[in-house]
Amino acid sequence: MLARDQSSLKRTPLHALHVARGGKLVPFAGYEMPVQYPAGVLKEHLHTRSAAGLFDVSHMGQLALRPKSGQVADAALALERLVPQDIVAVAPGRQRYAQFTNDGGGILDDLMVANFGDHLFLVVNAACKAEDEAHLRAHLSDSCVIDSLSDRALIALQGPKAEQALAKLCADVTAMRFMDTGPRKVAGVDCFVSRSGYTGEDGFEISVPAAQAEALVTALLENPDVLPIGLGARDSLRLEAGLCLYGHDIDTTTTPVEGALEWSVQKSRRSGGARAGGFPGAEKILSHFEKGASRRRVGLRAQGRAPVREGAMLFADAASSEPVGKVTSGGFGPSLNAPVAMGYLPTSLSANGTHVFAEVRGQRLGLEVAAMPFVPNTYKR
Amino acid sequence: MTTLFTTDHEWLHIEGDVATIGVTDYAQSQLGDVVFVELPKVGRSLKKAEAAAVVESVKAASDVYAPISGDVIEVNEALVAEPALVNSDAGGKAWFFKLKIADKSELGGLMDEAAYKAHTA
Repeated sequence: MLARDQSSLKRTPLHALHVARGGKLVPFAGYEMPVQYPAGVLKEHLHTRSAAGLFDVSHMGQLALRPKSGQVADAALALERLVPQDIVAVAPGRQRYAQFTNDGGGILDDLMVANFGDHLFLVVNAACKAEDEAHLRAHLSDSCVIDSLSDRALIALQGPKAEQALAKLCADVTAMRFMDTGPRKVAGVDCFVSRSGYTGEDGFEISVPAAQAEALVTALLENPDVLPIGLGARDSLRLEAGLCLYGHDIDTTTTPVEGALEWSVQKSRRSGGARAGGFPGAEKILSHFEKGASRRRVGLRAQGRAPVREGAMLFADAASSEPVGKVTSGGFGPSLNAPVAMGYLPTSLSANGTHVFAEVRGQRLGLEVAAMPFVPNTYKR
Repeated sequence: MTTLFTTDHEWLHIEGDVATIGVTDYAQSQLGDVVFVELPKVGRSLKKAEAAAVVESVKAASDVYAPISGDVIEVNEALVAEPALVNSDAGGKAWFFKLKIADKSELGGLMDEAAYKAHTA
């Protein structure tokens, strides 16, 4: 049954390596992806926090946005028609977190936007990549050529030993700071390297031509500090880091303000800014900035040991019958040795220290609204 | 002492009219790292196939079912304090609860070790 179910799934250029390393492959966003290796999610998570974890994220979408004028500022201005971020201000060699929004102010996808000097380089979520590409073509084809870079793999190297591991193959990565990005030769291969990731750890994402991906990963794995890590640990790491998972913590019904992503929207795009508005859903999103939203994404710490998972309803007190919100991501945080979750609550209940309850298997479990990230990030700023 | 197994990957040690119940090593290998265990209350009367305990790994929650009917006479508090025992010693120290067997005829529907090995092969 498994074989038939997986026959229609796509494989990344690192599939053979996952199999050889004993990865447990599961369907994920249309791909056959390793959820864990023999060490297991707990050890993989802790290894990433103490040494270096190597993740295959080749299922994600990579796109180039090339300005027809040849001026990258024109591509940046064009992209600002679709995202509430200041893209014009992203300097060459830098990248920024952004969201595609819809007319209702909801989020269609979240993405990374890098300025490569003569064009923009975008990384989008696997499940959204076809829609994102169509969205870009529909709205930006007048000014940009949109290239889907489907012949590239993407790997993330994350953790306190990521820098020294990658520096053996590419000396100048040590000079990079958080969100620096650009073309680099890694072990002689033409790659795009950014100092970023999605675990809360210092680390890098490396876009590499598909044909060279396995050789590059094999070279990294020769370092005993580097272990391959599955998507299971990637999820627990990003949850501890308080980072949103698209389709769970943010989606087409949540605005950036509701999603507690105000930090990602620069002043220039807000009311009174140099290029205020002009993106889908601007009216709703800017009104959320001015008047506040009625609900907000918060961090939640459980008082007991039971994990509170996605979908659990949240209540203001132990006895009330009407839920006030819902958990959007939740599980066990291996670095904290405790359950952690995030979810939406009315703004009136969103202050840190507020006590609420989650319903789990018919019982009301106490939770406290808590600051995120749950585990401090270690980005090299 | 007789050891029997269920298709849901629980084991039972039968001694007289008491059954000690846990999950199999195969089950723990499928669950992954166990981080939380919720046990039934002593004195609870369980019906066969009723959800009796919960075992949570880093990624997911799974129910442990009562393989037979009976009253809970003891639970393994050590498992609550150290859920990882399920991974390290599923067939031994990581027993979940003991039942006073209500109806011995229900044991007839369970598998012996050879049948369980065939089931998980």
